[in-house]
Amino acid sequence: MPIDKRAGSPTEALADVPDGATVLITGFGGAGFPNVLIRALRDRGAKGLTLVVNSATHRYSLTHELIEAGLVRKVICTAARGRGNEPSPFERLWMEGRIELECVPQGTFTERIRAGGAGIPAFYTPVGAGTELARGKEVRSFEGRDHVLEPAIKGDLALVRADTADRYGNLAFRYTQLNFAPVMAMAARTTVAEVRALLDEPMAHDRVQLPGAFVDRVIAVGG
Amino acid sequence: MPVEPLNRLQMAWRAAQDIGDGLVVNLGLGMPVHVADYLRPEVDVFIQSENGVIGAGPLASPEVVDTDLVDAGSRRITLRPGAAIVDSAWSFAMIRGGHIDVTILGAFEVAANGDLANWDMRLPDKGPLVGGAMDLAACAREVQVIMEHTTRKGAPRLLEACTLPLTAVRCVRRVYTDLAVIDIGPAGMVVREMQEGMSEVDLRQRTGAPLTFAPDCRVLVAPPIALPG
Repeated sequence: MPIDKRAGSPTEALADVPDGATVLITGFGGAGFPNVLIRALRDRGAKGLTLVVNSATHRYSLTHELIEAGLVRKVICTAARGRGNEPSPFERLWMEGRIELECVPQGTFTERIRAGGAGIPAFYTPVGAGTELARGKEVRSFEGRDHVLEPAIKGDLALVRADTADRYGNLAFRYTQLNFAPVMAMAARTTVAEVRALLDEPMAHDRVQLPGAFVDRVIAVGG
Repeated sequence: MPVEPLNRLQMAWRAAQDIGDGLVVNLGLGMPVHVADYLRPEVDVFIQSENGVIGAGPLASPEVVDTDLVDAGSRRITLRPGAAIVDSAWSFAMIRGGHIDVTILGAFEVAANGDLANWDMRLPDKGPLVGGAMDLAACAREVQVIMEHTTRKGAPRLLEACTLPLTAVRCVRRVYTDLAVIDIGPAGMVVREMQEGMSEVDLRQRTGAPLTFAPDCRVLVAPPIALPG
């Protein structure tokens, strides 16, 4: 059967997300947030989610809607601080002990996800050695320097924002939309991408930034 | 007593004068990003941003702003000629792998052995934010800091040992403050430049770690630069 990864709607694309899923969500600095899919995930209503997302509270991301809806059990992120003086929804739940937080240095965050998709169960990094983020972790010396053992991160689902896709799931990105998309798509069992536009023709090979082999469903959302 | 301490932009200007030609530089949020505005005209550098930009240009004007082109601080930027954009794993491989020549970071505290604390002030009601600070501090080839010499209450930020959670150990090589330029090496803190009219005693009173004054210690100077608004 000819491959066709185009989904009918965001709702359809996320219809099989179960309670307790680990969900990887792209986006950094304002670019590449899959906000249509995030809202569809909220409407899907699966509970007890673990979110793997750079920021728990970024002002341009709708991740906070999942948190406010009480669907999130744990967040693995690099930034959990809201902008204002008032605590963000995440910060409020975290301080009340109702949501778990794992704060990770950003390079370790992305490399743990990369490892998850690349068949590496854990790796040593010098980042974090001698700090409280290494507490309880195995430390080993290489080349005369302490390194921290960090485990891979894998997900059940990755939500990705890209610019264009073809029916094969090949993705191209605008500027800094790219950020975590390649590693998250590889580390998740199922990857769903929202794109500005679907191409009628197959994408030229030298335009593909994330091969469709790592993408399961695509949906055009405009924007 | 000395003349006015340097303001934030003058501190960025002073740090910018030391950036060498042809380097790859990462500038932290806050004061350090302003370093890009004061590079010497003959210097050609690539500014890396953790979200994958290699060759960040000036901030985007309203006519050319693009919400998909941002830096790690969510600022809408432009690209310089020859720029490239990579994904996050590649960007941090670049940082961890020692391919950043200089990073200039903000800080809360720096210790005499080069320990850096710049990510967690333990604010009540606020969550932690580490971002790429630990990766940059641990792995850039040269780590420099721009920060005010003391807190607003006058407590020193240059200390024998940091009191706040560390970002990385023994990483800072140079600190630009509003009062002085200080190198950190095996002998601890060495003052390279100090404000005119300030005595060694004055500076020691504002510093929480032993200071050595370089034999060729110079006067810290910067041109007048007005702070916006």
